[in-house]
Amino acid sequence: MKKVVSLGLVAAMAGSLVACGGNSAETTTAAATETTAAEAKETAAQGEKEETEATDGGAALEGSFKVGVIGPLTGDAAAYGLAVQHGAEIAAEEINAAGGINGAAIEIQAQDDEADPEKSVNAYNTLKDWGMQMLVGTTTSGACIAVAAETVNDNMFQITPSGSAVECVANPNAFRVCFSDPDQGTASAQYIGENKMATKVAIIYDSSSVYSDGIRETFVSEAPSQGIEIVASEAFTADNKTDFSVQLDKAKEAGAELVFLPIYYQEASIILKQAADKEFKPIFFGVDGMDGILSVENFDTSLAEGVMLLTPFAADAEDAKGFTTKYVDAYGETPNQFAADAYDAVYAVAEAAKVAGITPDMGASDICDALVPAMTQITIDGLTGTGTTWNEAGEPNKDPKAVKIVGGKYEMQ
Amino acid sequence: MSFLSYFINGISLGSIYAIIALGYTMVYGIAKMLNFAHGDIIMVGAFTTFTVVSTHSGNPLVGILAAVLVCTVLGVTIERVAYRPLRGASPLAVLITAIGVSYLLQNVALLLFGSNSKQFTSVVNIPALKLAEGQLSISGVTMVTIASCIIIMIVLTTFINKTKMGQAMLAVSEDKGAATLMGIDVNRTIAVTFAIGSALAAIAGVLLCSAYPSLTPYTGSMPGIKAFVAAVFGGIGSIPGAMIGGIILGVIENLSKAYISSQLSDAIVFSVLIIVLLVRPTGILGKTIHEKV
Repeated sequence: MKKVVSLGLVAAMAGSLVACGGNSAETTTAAATETTAAEAKETAAQGEKEETEATDGGAALEGSFKVGVIGPLTGDAAAYGLAVQHGAEIAAEEINAAGGINGAAIEIQAQDDEADPEKSVNAYNTLKDWGMQMLVGTTTSGACIAVAAETVNDNMFQITPSGSAVECVANPNAFRVCFSDPDQGTASAQYIGENKMATKVAIIYDSSSVYSDGIRETFVSEAPSQGIEIVASEAFTADNKTDFSVQLDKAKEAGAELVFLPIYYQEASIILKQAADKEFKPIFFGVDGMDGILSVENFDTSLAEGVMLLTPFAADAEDAKGFTTKYVDAYGETPNQFAADAYDAVYAVAEAAKVAGITPDMGASDICDALVPAMTQITIDGLTGTGTTWNEAGEPNKDPKAVKIVGGKYEMQ
Repeated sequence: MSFLSYFINGISLGSIYAIIALGYTMVYGIAKMLNFAHGDIIMVGAFTTFTVVSTHSGNPLVGILAAVLVCTVLGVTIERVAYRPLRGASPLAVLITAIGVSYLLQNVALLLFGSNSKQFTSVVNIPALKLAEGQLSISGVTMVTIASCIIIMIVLTTFINKTKMGQAMLAVSEDKGAATLMGIDVNRTIAVTFAIGSALAAIAGVLLCSAYPSLTPYTGSMPGIKAFVAAVFGGIGSIPGAMIGGIILGVIENLSKAYISSQLSDAIVFSVLIIVLLVRPTGILGKTIHEKV
């Protein structure tokens, strides 16, 4: 009897392993298979539908550009990767419905990298095997730096929606939609200084993250010229990110009126909770990594009341309404800044492709050579900024904006 | 005053390490194996409570009971399927299996719950204790954790020293072969050990997530390692040692964050561990066993 039970358990365990392995050819990780496979099917189905519709209208799209998307579709930062995937899909759908790029459709395929540099390079290689011609990605900075080293070797055109580390666009073939880390740090200090929000500021940052440390550095160097005194600068690391009581105590003791959090929303949600427990109520000011905090499952959004963040996108804003409605209908949640960044990235690619006059039968390297000069000529009125232009360094030129969380929603400042 | 505040924070953190370390040390002390999956059983316990409380009933007590039940069954199952067949194998094989089980649990949780972090609603609704005109506060979770630690410690010690099953456990831990000859069912004794250890893990999971509310499939792994360090620190196999080790570890970690560097706290904690082990290789309360040849 005991043997039978244990054999049954072994079979069940083995069964679950086989279930993981069966789909793993589709994507890099087992966890991602279900969602990605389902979504890939969905996209394919949508694509077919559009093509038939287009045929009905008499303007059939000939061929398609293969655009790859890479981001964490699972893992700690999944909210970013999924948003990027969805934002890119909506943009591609709209562009295809409006006649595509020079008469050719855009085809999107997303791969999961769990925000891990190694897995990101694997995802990139999978997309190359698929025949990717342009890359919209990757989503997170660390992974983006690793993939950028590959794209420059392959001469693959790359535009990252949200990779904000300086090195992400160091190569001539890479561009970005969001602000760079130094720009975010500087812009945050300027925003706080100009709006006279606080003079005594504490920083809590992740010293093991390029992103967080990069923003902190420029914030600290800009602070004195904005009349900001940094009263505490406290670090934590990836291995020690659940207990922030000491960091908060030190900020409180130093009399901080504002706590600057250049970190991701996961840790920020814990910090907000622990600060509330301590009855420490400064202004919390985040950057784009804070975006997503309202989507943490079971999070008490009243804890985030009054939190400010530097983000170029608010789903409730007038000019974003159309996009937000489409996004909510398709994916059942409110889009965040990453979705908007990806949406603008696909439009930028489409616009540059039109200017460069590329066709789907061209190789990835030829497309890259044509797109790079075209990128500096285009102007995009996107969701994340109007009249956005790009310079040769790959950096966008647009105004920073801040939002405040009021009643569980973003309010544009 | 600020020193006291850091110190209390340290005790809060340490009490969490201590309650996890109790389970670690119990399993090690009796089965003589390091159950590296302990941290992940904690995670399973926390997810069970989270699911039960958020979907089926709002009552946290039902959630905790469900977690204890699920983890006990899981612990016994893991022992039966993964560890028992290796009873005669080298300790290294068992250790690697434990690491395998740990990854299996993490990845199954990843498949079931996804990787987005979930905000765990605290099961403890006791208001924080305010001292010195509100300048110091001890949270309800901390008080409950410390109380649970002490109760569990006393109950475990009594159980092991006073009951027949406890005596059987001691016998198995001393010499499996001799215990078998005396008519003790070694497999059953070790299964009971795992059942108790996993039930403790469930309680630890609920308290861990009540104190630090972010819940992901990886929630248990780092606290699990820290608790292992705490158990070694206090003398692995010693039940009061686990509690002392956990609390000292938490206090050292928080004081070094406060007075030395918030970046270096982990480095300092592990350096202290190395020094303690150099001076007292068996940990603070560990027994030195003299083998007779």
